[in-house]
Amino acid sequence: MSIPVRITINGTLRQFDLDPRMLLVHLLRDACTLTGTHVGCETGICGACTVLLDGSAVKSCTMFAVQADGAEVTTIEGLAKNGDLHPVQQGFWERHGLQCGYCTPGMIMTSVQLLSRNAKPSREEIAHGLAGNLCRCTGYSHIIDAVQYAAGMGGAR
Amino acid sequence: MSAQAKKYSGQPLKRIEDPRLIKGIGTYTDDLRLPGLLHVAFVRSPHAHARVTSIDTSVAKAIKGVVAVLTGADVNEKCGVVPCAAAIPDLKLPKHTVLAGDRVYFVGHPVVVVVADDAYAARDGVDAVEVEYDPLPVVVNPEEAIKPGATLTHPDLGTNVAFTHNVNGGTDIDEAFRRADRVIKQRVYHQRLTPMPIEPRAVVASYHAGEGTMSIWSSTQVPHYLRTLLPGMIGVAENKLRIVAPEVGGGFGAKLNVYAEEALCGHLAMRLGAPVKWAESRRENATSTIHGRDQIGYYEVAVKNDGTILGLKARTIADLGSYCQLLTPAVPTLTGLVLTGCYRIPAVKMEIVGVYTHKMATDAYRGAGRPEATYLIERLMDLVAKELGLDRVDLRLKHFPAPTEFPFGTACGVTYDSGNYQGALEKARQLADWKALMSERTAARKSGRLFGVGVSTYVEICAIGPSAAMPAGGWEWGCVRVEISGKVTAITGTSPHGQGQETSFAQIVADQLGVSIEDVVVMHGDTAVAHYGRDTYGSRATVIGGTALVMCTDKIIAKAKIFAAHLLKVAPDQVAFADGQFSAPGAEKTLSLAAIAGEAYVAKNLPPGLEPGLEASSFFEIPNFTFPFGTHIVAVEIDRETGQVAIQKYVAVDDCGPQINPLLVEGQVQGGIAHSIGQALFEQTVYDENGQLLTGEFMDYAMPRATDIPEYILGHTVTPSPTNPLGIKGVGEAGTIGATPAVANAVIDALESLGVTHLDMPLTPERVWRAIHQRTVATV
Repeated sequence: MSIPVRITINGTLRQFDLDPRMLLVHLLRDACTLTGTHVGCETGICGACTVLLDGSAVKSCTMFAVQADGAEVTTIEGLAKNGDLHPVQQGFWERHGLQCGYCTPGMIMTSVQLLSRNAKPSREEIAHGLAGNLCRCTGYSHIIDAVQYAAGMGGAR
Repeated sequence: MSAQAKKYSGQPLKRIEDPRLIKGIGTYTDDLRLPGLLHVAFVRSPHAHARVTSIDTSVAKAIKGVVAVLTGADVNEKCGVVPCAAAIPDLKLPKHTVLAGDRVYFVGHPVVVVVADDAYAARDGVDAVEVEYDPLPVVVNPEEAIKPGATLTHPDLGTNVAFTHNVNGGTDIDEAFRRADRVIKQRVYHQRLTPMPIEPRAVVASYHAGEGTMSIWSSTQVPHYLRTLLPGMIGVAENKLRIVAPEVGGGFGAKLNVYAEEALCGHLAMRLGAPVKWAESRRENATSTIHGRDQIGYYEVAVKNDGTILGLKARTIADLGSYCQLLTPAVPTLTGLVLTGCYRIPAVKMEIVGVYTHKMATDAYRGAGRPEATYLIERLMDLVAKELGLDRVDLRLKHFPAPTEFPFGTACGVTYDSGNYQGALEKARQLADWKALMSERTAARKSGRLFGVGVSTYVEICAIGPSAAMPAGGWEWGCVRVEISGKVTAITGTSPHGQGQETSFAQIVADQLGVSIEDVVVMHGDTAVAHYGRDTYGSRATVIGGTALVMCTDKIIAKAKIFAAHLLKVAPDQVAFADGQFSAPGAEKTLSLAAIAGEAYVAKNLPPGLEPGLEASSFFEIPNFTFPFGTHIVAVEIDRETGQVAIQKYVAVDDCGPQINPLLVEGQVQGGIAHSIGQALFEQTVYDENGQLLTGEFMDYAMPRATDIPEYILGHTVTPSPTNPLGIKGVGEAGTIGATPAVANAVIDALESLGVTHLDMPLTPERVWRAIHQRTVATV
């Protein structure tokens, strides 16, 4: 059984006939070769698979692709516009907000949501906003610095 | 080393590797897409110890998309055993086949491999395989495992004791204990931990039948180890085997290994004539990728009443799990190398017993052996101070060697290269505002709050290591090529996976050659490009790998000077090199490195006897380990009602010698401290009495989140190492080594008024609450 699905991915409307059990993260990674969205835990804990679904950060490893029918999905690959990094991407670069880079796309997408809801967050508010994303490399402090940097650049864009 | 001005080294440059990673266009192993790729999944044992009585693969084989379903009987004779490279005398090793044979020895032991044309079908195949097990008695407690009559992990070995390793150093230990006014004893359990890099392991293997060559991509820290050790397992010669470690999503020691799945994927690619991929699930990562630590120690310290420590006796039981992975038995022996910490302790006796149990193997987890030693000695220093009524900082200072005493030989048999432990301690006290902090502690306690301050002064072993200390070489290799265009390519045998050496090595090479950093490209992690290497672990890459590159640039400059002399028509010893330019007194012009490179490759006007080209490679053999050190000071407050620990202040002063890139050093230190906070407060790998893993997901294994981390106050001192021309020491594990005892000491200090002198980690709210509650009840 396959189900017809229409999803706008990084601004482009795509149509698929999907096995209903296919996870959104696998649709993005395998059917769309958008491999910047990573799988870290398969249980929605680590947030490496975070994408924006109609502007909200969701964990694409615990969501079926068919559930995204009619939605707009933004992945890490869709964040930079015309070659210009998003302020959050710039912040992660400037403030050494990443080491191995594996959690980074999810961290960045969650940070984008955070700044869209709170343009000038305190360090505590940033930590709270990122508590659903795990990083094993950085110890988080530079990630919080990165989000503050992005907020200073006008954040959400 | 040339006397170039340092334009880049020492600067907090942002990383060259970051743009691809923040755009999501880096390539990790699981991102690879090869034509005709097949997907691998494993059936793993749900039992810790059982006889496999039957395996029925027929239903699985009939599933659409399933290509092959293979058991140990099908593959174990074709793949050699999983290697252990630790050189431990009389080590008893079980035969570690790639799939289980007629028995399974831990939960997660791979039993059957399924290959299918997509990953979903492979997992369907796994679900459809019927394996029948006859459960057998299980041994999970290593102290029980060494008792007579204990259940045997591997009945054919006849014992659970894999090895006994003794450290006897310094003066006579019995005499030290005879002279003691007191002997202070403590049992310490260093809990089992799971490294949990956010990227699980992944392997892609592709066999090229025409050439008889194999390419394997693996999420590994050690591509060169794989190239050395996989040939013996899969029968592809070393020089027909290419290993690539593409982007690697964290390692922390978990990927410093040669795993069954890596060999098996290689075998399957040959056997099935198609490329294969295995992407580990998180649960597989928890059950079947190495764990760390897990040592039980009984410690005795011989002291005089004035605090003088005369000797240290230790008996450590190291839980190895059911198999020896690459370095499993070597890790606890590292503990024995640095047991005396920063201190002058004249006599040491340590017995380390490595024990098999029905669990996943332990191996190197960030720090590997040194966090155990540091935690022990730093807990013991607090216990001694407490018992004798001495100031814990004064006790530490009393036993530090003076900076002038380095190189300092220890009773553990190693020689610390350089140090100024007093300087780091003093700086940390300044940054912590020590007097104010102690006043705050006093005031808090007066008002009934549980407020504690912890101190840890640590030394660790880095730049692992001199070849004499390693099973198969501890050198590092590098190659630098000035291209015909003047661009510079630097190739390292280390294998960075987040540490940022594409940047720090470019800083070193650009400074050495006086070129713009934009012109330098650093390549790594592909054995077809970096022919030799000893990879990345043990805080070795920048020290040993960086020095190998410096040696290359020295050779290039020497050769370029001969070219310059020829072109400028002067004697070679008249040529000077500075800021990328070759000059000579009286010469009409100067020559850039790029200009000389052009001449070197066009080769129409070569100096007599000189080869064309401008490239050099070098192996650097370091004469000793390096010994970074520092002081961490932590203040915590405990919620009496919940047992929750809140870190109020975190100060770390680390001395890793001169810093190539302070921003990257800061990142390493902060990340290492986070691992330590996790270990001290949250993390523990738990098996139940049946050998079931209870911490098999991120849901159950509590790693620090952004909300669990304090604001770090970081400082450093700079004491160069004499072991290498850059003077650097390494910093990848410093945070993990220095921080754990500081946090634990702070929590125990906070509970001092309740009579608590020791608690084993992790100091979870429950454990702390129970300690408070029991003491409160007991004292009512």
